[in-house]
Amino acid sequence: MQLFTCPFCGPRGESEFHFGGDAGNIRPEGDVSAEVWTDYLYFKNNSRGAARQIWMHLACREVFLMERDTVTHEVISSEALVQEQQA
Amino acid sequence: MSGWRVETQGWAVDRSRPVRFTFDGKSVSGFAGDSLASALLAAGVTTVGRSFKYHRPRGFWSAGAEEPNGMADILGTPHRVNVQMTVEPAQDGMVLRSINGRPSAEKDRNAFIDRFARFIPAAFYYKTFMFPDWHMFEPRIRAMAGLGALDPAAEGHLPTAQANAFCDLLVIGAGPAGLTAALKAAEAGRKVILCDDQPVAGGSLLYREALIDGVAGPDWAAAAVARLRELGAQVMLQTTAFGRYEHGLTGLAESLGQGDAPRLWRVRAAETLLASGAIERGLPFANNDRPGVMSAMAALQYLRRYGVAVGRRIIVATNNGIAYEAAQALALAGAHVTVIDPRADAPACDLPRRRDRIEAVIGRNGVEAVLLASGEKIAADAVIASGGFTPTVHLYSQAQGKLRFDEAIQGFVPERKVTGLSVIGAANGAFGLAEVLADAAAAVGAVSPKAEGPHWPFKIDAAWPAPKAKGRIWLDLQNDVTAKDVELAARENFVSVEHLKRYTTLGMANDQGKTSNLPGLALMAQLTGRSIQETGTTTYRPPFVPIPLASFAGIRGGQLMNPVRRLPLEAEHRSDGALFREYGGWLRPAWFGKGEEAEAVNREAKAARESVGLFDGSPLGKIEVIGPDAGKFLDFIYYNTMSTLKPGRCRYGFMLTEQGAVYDDGVLVRLDENRFIVSCSSSHTQGVALLLEEWRQDSFDRARVQIHDATSRYATLTVTGPKSKALLEAVGLGADLSDEALPHMALTYGAFGGEPVRITRVSFTGDRSYELSIRADRALPLWRALKETGRAFDAVLLGGEALMVLRAEKGYIVIGKDTDGRTRPMDLGVSGPFEKKRGEYLGKRSLHLPAVSDQARAYVGLESLTGEVLPCGAHAVERNGSAKRSIGFVTTSHFSPNLSRPIALGLVENGASRIGEILELHHLGKSLKARIAPVCAFDPEGKRLHA
Amino acid sequence: MTRHYSAISLLKEGLNGQQGWRPAWRSPEPKKRYDVVIIGGGGQGLATAYYLAKTHGLRNVAVIERGWLGGGNTGRNTTAIRSNYYYPESTALYDLSLKLYEGLAKELNYNIMLSQRGMMQVISSPGEMEMAARQVNAMQVNGIEVELFDRGEVQRRVPIFNFAPDARYPVYGAIFQPRAGVARHDAVAWGYARAADRLGVDIIQQCDVQEFLIEGGRCVGVQTSKGEIRADRVGMAVAGSSGALAAKAGFRLPITSYTLQACVSEPVKPIFDTVLLSPMTGTYVSQSDKGEMVIGGGLDRVPSYGQRGNLPQLETVLSGLLEMFPIFRQLRLLRQWGGTVDVTPDSSPIFSESPVPGLFVNGGWGTGGFKAIPAGGTLFAHMLATGSHHEISRPFDLARFRSGHMIDEAAGAGIAH
Repeated sequence: MQLFTCPFCGPRGESEFHFGGDAGNIRPEGDVSAEVWTDYLYFKNNSRGAARQIWMHLACREVFLMERDTVTHEVISSEALVQEQQA
Repeated sequence: MSGWRVETQGWAVDRSRPVRFTFDGKSVSGFAGDSLASALLAAGVTTVGRSFKYHRPRGFWSAGAEEPNGMADILGTPHRVNVQMTVEPAQDGMVLRSINGRPSAEKDRNAFIDRFARFIPAAFYYKTFMFPDWHMFEPRIRAMAGLGALDPAAEGHLPTAQANAFCDLLVIGAGPAGLTAALKAAEAGRKVILCDDQPVAGGSLLYREALIDGVAGPDWAAAAVARLRELGAQVMLQTTAFGRYEHGLTGLAESLGQGDAPRLWRVRAAETLLASGAIERGLPFANNDRPGVMSAMAALQYLRRYGVAVGRRIIVATNNGIAYEAAQALALAGAHVTVIDPRADAPACDLPRRRDRIEAVIGRNGVEAVLLASGEKIAADAVIASGGFTPTVHLYSQAQGKLRFDEAIQGFVPERKVTGLSVIGAANGAFGLAEVLADAAAAVGAVSPKAEGPHWPFKIDAAWPAPKAKGRIWLDLQNDVTAKDVELAARENFVSVEHLKRYTTLGMANDQGKTSNLPGLALMAQLTGRSIQETGTTTYRPPFVPIPLASFAGIRGGQLMNPVRRLPLEAEHRSDGALFREYGGWLRPAWFGKGEEAEAVNREAKAARESVGLFDGSPLGKIEVIGPDAGKFLDFIYYNTMSTLKPGRCRYGFMLTEQGAVYDDGVLVRLDENRFIVSCSSSHTQGVALLLEEWRQDSFDRARVQIHDATSRYATLTVTGPKSKALLEAVGLGADLSDEALPHMALTYGAFGGEPVRITRVSFTGDRSYELSIRADRALPLWRALKETGRAFDAVLLGGEALMVLRAEKGYIVIGKDTDGRTRPMDLGVSGPFEKKRGEYLGKRSLHLPAVSDQARAYVGLESLTGEVLPCGAHAVERNGSAKRSIGFVTTSHFSPNLSRPIALGLVENGASRIGEILELHHLGKSLKARIAPVCAFDPEGKRLHA
Repeated sequence: MTRHYSAISLLKEGLNGQQGWRPAWRSPEPKKRYDVVIIGGGGQGLATAYYLAKTHGLRNVAVIERGWLGGGNTGRNTTAIRSNYYYPESTALYDLSLKLYEGLAKELNYNIMLSQRGMMQVISSPGEMEMAARQVNAMQVNGIEVELFDRGEVQRRVPIFNFAPDARYPVYGAIFQPRAGVARHDAVAWGYARAADRLGVDIIQQCDVQEFLIEGGRCVGVQTSKGEIRADRVGMAVAGSSGALAAKAGFRLPITSYTLQACVSEPVKPIFDTVLLSPMTGTYVSQSDKGEMVIGGGLDRVPSYGQRGNLPQLETVLSGLLEMFPIFRQLRLLRQWGGTVDVTPDSSPIFSESPVPGLFVNGGWGTGGFKAIPAGGTLFAHMLATGSHHEISRPFDLARFRSGHMIDEAAGAGIAH
């Protein structure tokens, strides 16, 4: 059981979380090319090592950004998306 | 070997309490406190099992969890297989059956196989059995393989609840290192958990001669445990730490006695100290697998702990100093002991000694003599062989720790600390007691206790199996791997340790190579001209010892596995005779009454169209979307435009995946300007709630739209049929139900018994219907009133199956049944938004990818040509010569009691333009036909919605 | 020296002290240049090399393996082989594979122990039975022999299953493919390696690809820990490492790497002789020839390259197993491990030229690459030899992620995700 850190609730077991994809994978709007659209839809960073990912803490339902190492499983940082929006 | 009891030794056994058990049908007696192994040894039983492949006789090698040979099935309840007799307490009445020996380990009818050993070396099976076919040979090979046998008639381990624990410091192993560290840490105020696989704490102190702070080892250990408990530490005996997992988590298995599965503990510790000691390995000489060849620490333990000497004429062969303690003790106990030690700097000792090494053990079924390299032959009935000690670093390695080969101890030791876990004591390569205590104390920043003894300096000379040695030198006793097998692997270029392991099966048996891995890879290092460090180890995998599967399952099973969700009115439905089935995770009435399914469903479906049906639709999703941006948000979420919906009105719509497939359908209710209720499919509630939440936070101003899943707060009671309005008026909800006030797809409020009731006029049957939502805990009086008042209206209770028939008559879809993951809204005949909707919505861009038109199908009705109900799941096929291609399939099929004929629905390529055409269907190898028809078979004009 | 494997050669070598066996493969130093370099010495890579040499006559071929051959998912999987697929594209691929498996031991002169004991997917509700019929019919239309069992037939074949009235998931029937089964995973990798080596393929182990050599926008080789190696065409067949390797070549793939766990029980005498899967518990199991129950389940839901097991998923899988087989309460867990699997959005593999010309991708196998090794090797060899698709691999091009022509077996089972 890995421990992930929800920015609101603190460290919790991995089974409380839902993976939401790569951070920064912005949904393209409007009449974009199939390439741009399917890049967003299907293509992944899938980083080995440090990765910036979107997660949802299912218990509090907050979506947040977590940087974690996909090899060592170290959780490097967690931050709320709200602050990102304000910045 | 002729083991015997030594009256003056054996503190663990209670000679006043005999125990009796049977082994291969033979009665064996021992004492309370004996392990099965010690009792068998004392009874003079030498051959306790047969080897896996060659059926060679085998005896006990060890006294602990590393035991490769001494396993048996324990028959009875629970039936347990492959139990290590070295760690299993002897109990009265046990019935043991040896492994791989038939009729007994002593007299095994397959013993002849060993004579053919040269033709069946490691991996021989890859080189033969190919003609005519492997299937010809497989059953016989399978029957020979395997260890113990399961008993279909017997019980296994009973469920045990699992437990979680948190502490500052987890100490694994209650030997001198673990006890010292735990004690010092607890004294410093830290919250400590200490575990050990033995029933008594002390580790090597239980059988080695030493004083700590002037107190004898076992007494010091007992006092340490008492003090730890006083300080509030949790001391867990008969508890094996079996695995190290992520982020400081350690898995423990606590033995609870015979019937119950060991309790799985998940211990999350801020810091963990691994004090798991070291495991003795053997020496390479021919026939080193004979019963009667045993490790030095095992012999010492059998003597001091259980009062059993393993023989009367004992050879102690060693390449290190520690074995001398066993030699001395056995001699003192009265055995005749000769020491064989090739080292130039062997310690002074007054026992007969040869500076030599053993070439071979002589004896067919046990030890009769040893042949030394010098050619001398010495008669003996037991051989104690100590080839050094391998630190038990399994959990460290599981935690991704790297190992370093330490020449001084001839073993792998931890290279450095890994996050949250340090290794201390013998597991860290410290083999002298003073050194061990100092290491342990240092790990918790304390002062070391004072140690005296044991007095034999460790000092080891390497003694690894050498290439081209004479005779058969055994490495893995459990999987029958010899030095020659390793040489064969090297010859065939299986030189990486992982290849070595897999090719020869070295270390892959139940003992996972605890005594064999290092000698095997040391030999491979010599064969390939690499150092042992370069050769490296295989990856250590959990669990450290085999753990019952039942421990991992805990109490998860039966109704406690993926528990069903239950209706607030379940008890009421039961008393009304409901038969329950699971639908999308909910346990719901399938039909009511004792009749056959078809009869009951037809009766319900018919009555609902004639009078009024009552259906418990409580699992229907009720997710509230609230806020000034709720409309805008729902426009994005839904395929249909929702912001134009007027307050008090309802609208049906689809939600798509971003890939453009229909994910869910349902009715959206607008309560007021800023408040909506998403009624999603009951099985999709959680998925939809997550989806809404994710998009709300991703793309919307979270202050202006909120999501609240109120599904379980409300019961939803559906009243459907021509008499539904009359029934509701008779029940009296205090609401104006006239068609002007409450037309189809509208909303109003009433009350029942003072409790507000939300009334929506929506229909999943095609008849006039009302959905009443009321607080779940206040639903019963309303439901009863509907039933009681309903009698006058011939009301019928509707189960899920009848509802499915009613909706099928109308052609209403069920997502996941009438759709698949390629179904787009246009396939379902809803193309308006695809063509016209301007704004963004989920899946929009995907609907314009080329695949969508290529894969287009249409949702259609299907008619049986024979009057038989079409098989659900049949595929429509198109023939091209002899080749068939699926062009669609039957998604729904029923007998319609209201139309008195079969009805069916399906997805078919170009179906919309082929109404009236005949299709060929394929079902379970048979061909049949069906006619494409409009989707709606019943009341196509929709008059009954308003009737 | 003994080359050929047979009962007779075994007898001969038995009398010869096993001294005459040749190495199963050489350990060559890499050459400066090859016609084709394949990155990844797992089943897919080794089979590709074998078919390049055998079918296409390309013998100047190297397989580069970072660790030891067969040490990735080939050596970690639960070895089920089947071709009971819903979509014709999948069927063509996996049935080609099963057919090749059926003749593989003789072809490679290596006993891969293909055991066609059938695979049974247990169904636990009337609704699922309808869905099962939809699947069985699709498979039959695709030309696959597969049956829909009723409860009685399941009980007759697997009496140790849980048929108790209070079982969490009652048995209504099962989907059964008789030709499905298991094989010895290591033997598949070793058999291909040995056969490829015999045909002149260089298998270079302990060799790490550090970067791709890209000249004029085209991939012309790789820089490795053993030096620069040039090639006309470079293929990658690296499963869970696909994403990381693609990043070195400067492109992204529709792949996420997850951990898939598996475990084995201690070995016991034969008691169970099919491969059984329950979609409800998510657990599947078979008994190896050695006697161990080989157990698997769903993915750990956390993207990872960790290659190690974890407790939560193990607990789920084992509780499912014991619910299905109460008798396994008598068993203990012997070993637990994890592999890194490369999961695509439609859970179907990728055969494709990459965005970098000259560099080709075989990947995205997710949890199912082992059963496809012979077909994967055949099709990828075709692609590397000719630069274009075999008809069977064409639908699996990366282009499908641009056009939306996904081959999603879960979609066939009614799931939109």
